[in-house]
Amino acid sequence: MAGSSSSWLLPLFVQVVMMKVGLSSASELTFELPDNAKQCFYEDITIGTKCTLEFQVVTGGHYDVDCRLEDPEGTVLYKEMKKQYDSFTFSAARNGTYKFCFSNEFSTFTHKTVYFDFQVGDDPPLFPNENRVTALTQMESACVSIHEALKSVMDYQTHFRLREAQGRSRAEDLNSRVAFWSVGEALILLVVSVSQVLLLRSFFSDRKTTTTRMGS
Amino acid sequence: MEMKTLVSCVGFLLLFVWLSPSQALYFHIGETEKKCFIEEIPDETMVIGRYRTQLWDKQAGSFLPSTPGLGMHVEIKDPETKVILSRQYGSDGRFTFTSHTPGEHQICLHSNSTKMALFAGGKLRVHLDIQVGEHTNNYPEIAAKDKLTELQLRVRQLLDQVEQIQKEQNYQRYREERFRMTSESTNQRVLWWSIAQTVILIITGIWQMKHLKSFFEAKKLV
Repeated sequence: MAGSSSSWLLPLFVQVVMMKVGLSSASELTFELPDNAKQCFYEDITIGTKCTLEFQVVTGGHYDVDCRLEDPEGTVLYKEMKKQYDSFTFSAARNGTYKFCFSNEFSTFTHKTVYFDFQVGDDPPLFPNENRVTALTQMESACVSIHEALKSVMDYQTHFRLREAQGRSRAEDLNSRVAFWSVGEALILLVVSVSQVLLLRSFFSDRKTTTTRMGS
Repeated sequence: MEMKTLVSCVGFLLLFVWLSPSQALYFHIGETEKKCFIEEIPDETMVIGRYRTQLWDKQAGSFLPSTPGLGMHVEIKDPETKVILSRQYGSDGRFTFTSHTPGEHQICLHSNSTKMALFAGGKLRVHLDIQVGEHTNNYPEIAAKDKLTELQLRVRQLLDQVEQIQKEQNYQRYREERFRMTSESTNQRVLWWSIAQTVILIITGIWQMKHLKSFFEAKKLV
């Protein structure tokens, strides 16, 4: 009984330790950035970890945002102004807190919705093969490559969903604008035509008094 | 010997779980500031959110490791802006929900703790980790529960991923239908609007001429 339970306990323990030491993490968030606002996120990264920051603007204005990534010393690793979508990979050269900020300070009245995906390190292995000295079997390496391919499929799906959300929000905007515009224009037309007639009538009413005076 | 390693492993595990800080993204939040995150997910998808808060200590000039009595209010709204979860959690919390309608869910966090008023210039550091769909599965736990071999576990992971992809594609079909309906509606509206405009224009033109003609005839100018 002890044998079978310890066979899974050791890998579980190693996995938890690895997760706690922070060798890998992936954070994917979508948040709203109000106009003239800046939002910063921080993460503690150990030296030598390969990290990727990907962001995309989902809704708002011209779909652009300023992005800036700084290392613990304050050195700017990545800085782009008014970018719609970008992906940046870097290797952590120092231990410490890395900071990345999204800024909408250039915009006066448009709120932006920004999606970002910050991947630190590789994914934790499913089963840390502590006792394995041989390489993975063919089946297992096939599983690993399928897993990687599916991960990239899901990544593409996410980006596609965001682009579609962009298009859809524009279409819905257009729809409501057309509704308001048509009602508004019909009203304006009626008001203008009635007031034209009234104004014209008022011109002729004045002239009538002058003609009668001249006649007499 | 085996029992000893087992016990020491379990002991270490518990120690690590309780003592070491979890590595996650963090950000700063003001006193009564509300931070909202949007998750656009298909239906029947599980979402697990974990957060940890730290309060800025002005005297020490750093963040306290943990402050009891500090609370965060978590509010989750579904795509129809109906509140599906609205609860107060402690300084460390874990919330979970499963979506029943596909769409944009909004997860809002704000601190309504009065303790912050004691620390002037209260800045709160919030560590946040939101996992969606198949990322919520804890594979070692599943392996232990169902007694799967390594290969079986890998295949199970692939199955979960494929299921998530299927759900997302289904959701994509629903979204595309909505988009198409919106475009069709815009098309119809533009058509009706242009016809109505033309009709209104012609009618008002005719009315204007008729009215003015009768007006001038009355004034004996025509």
